[in-house]
Amino acid sequence: MKSPRTVELAISGTQPEYHFPPYKSSIARSPRLPLVLLPESRTERTGPVFGRGLIRQGDNDLTAQCNGEPIGERLIVHGRVLDEGGKPVRGALIEVWQANAAGRYRHKVDTYDAPLDENFAGGGRTLTDENGHYWFKTIKPGPYPWGNHHNAWRPSHIHFSLFGSGILSRLVTQMYFPGDPLQPLDPIFNSIPDAAARARLISDLDMDRSETNYMLAYKWDIVLRGHVDTPFEEGHR
Amino acid sequence: MSDNSTRIPASSQTVGPFFRIGLEYLVDRTPISSTGPEEMIEIRGCVLDRDGAPVTDAMLEFWSGADVGTTPKGNDPARGIPEGFRRVATDGSGAFTVVIERPAAKPPSDAHFLVLVFARGLLRHLITRVYLRDEAKHGSDAVLLQAPPDRRATLIARADEKQVGLYWWDIVLQGANETVFFAW
Repeated sequence: MKSPRTVELAISGTQPEYHFPPYKSSIARSPRLPLVLLPESRTERTGPVFGRGLIRQGDNDLTAQCNGEPIGERLIVHGRVLDEGGKPVRGALIEVWQANAAGRYRHKVDTYDAPLDENFAGGGRTLTDENGHYWFKTIKPGPYPWGNHHNAWRPSHIHFSLFGSGILSRLVTQMYFPGDPLQPLDPIFNSIPDAAARARLISDLDMDRSETNYMLAYKWDIVLRGHVDTPFEEGHR
Repeated sequence: MSDNSTRIPASSQTVGPFFRIGLEYLVDRTPISSTGPEEMIEIRGCVLDRDGAPVTDAMLEFWSGADVGTTPKGNDPARGIPEGFRRVATDGSGAFTVVIERPAAKPPSDAHFLVLVFARGLLRHLITRVYLRDEAKHGSDAVLLQAPPDRRATLIARADEKQVGLYWWDIVLQGANETVFFAW
């Protein structure tokens, strides 16, 4: 089946391999048989569209979901979601989750004994606006230990899940903070072979968007696979 | 402002073990009897690793490419979940259940879902497909034909012998019965 692809295969080195032994959990969970090239059909060229009804007021403010303010460095994370041609992806659903300032997730399988924060649940979501912009208000997540290897610590990160214009644009990733000395030690971050690709997961300090005497801001633009304006052609199945 | 220079898509990172904090709200638990007028089907199965151990922290997303799913009118306003799309998660025994609109066959393609697999240990999500045993002709579907013949069965859900509309399908991440996954 030869039809023009709207989404090209990943550029070598910019995506992690499934099997990456330094990340131990990948060893028994990654496929080892050859992947089969997926011909693009209508199923791949379309994707779910999420309406404004899915998002409630305040879903993108993780500091205002409980009775009081969470402990931690307040910050704004903002940026744009773009396609491979640099065009804004409008109405993209972004979902986030993160640890609290002490590095603890509000989740039953997190056994790290750092304190929970009764004022921080750690999840949020939003849709990008007409220009592809998004923003979240939150607190800076703390680093935390994990069992991958001796004295392993995850650098501070916020988990991001995104839906773009088609199902092949789907992305789940993590946003990191600039200047974190744990990044070079982290097998998950370093599972991406290409250094420039790794650097693109690190947000930039954005003093222009920060608020005097209140909070800092970090800017992170996200490029999704595909092109938002590629017309779907009925003939290509 | 947009410029037209080519940009490289962002790299994937694992969904990790704590995804329910941000993603659980969309996990569909709607029982089969209380949904809309479309015919609903149910697929049940397990996600297993190399050793046959249940993967108890996987998330699956099913997409049928439903025409209505590409337009806002396809959204169910009450739940906001587009038609033809469902997100489910495995339980403590690695099992999942998805209840979803029956997909239409679009000849020469047989009726199918695209399935995205996310889990701790997967640095990038996996993509596979599932076909329904009693619907598929399995002769002309280009994607099925692309899969090695001896592995095609991993893409086909088995109809339950008693319950109409119920199918069984396991996902094996690695090993002898490894599910066919696609490069994308």
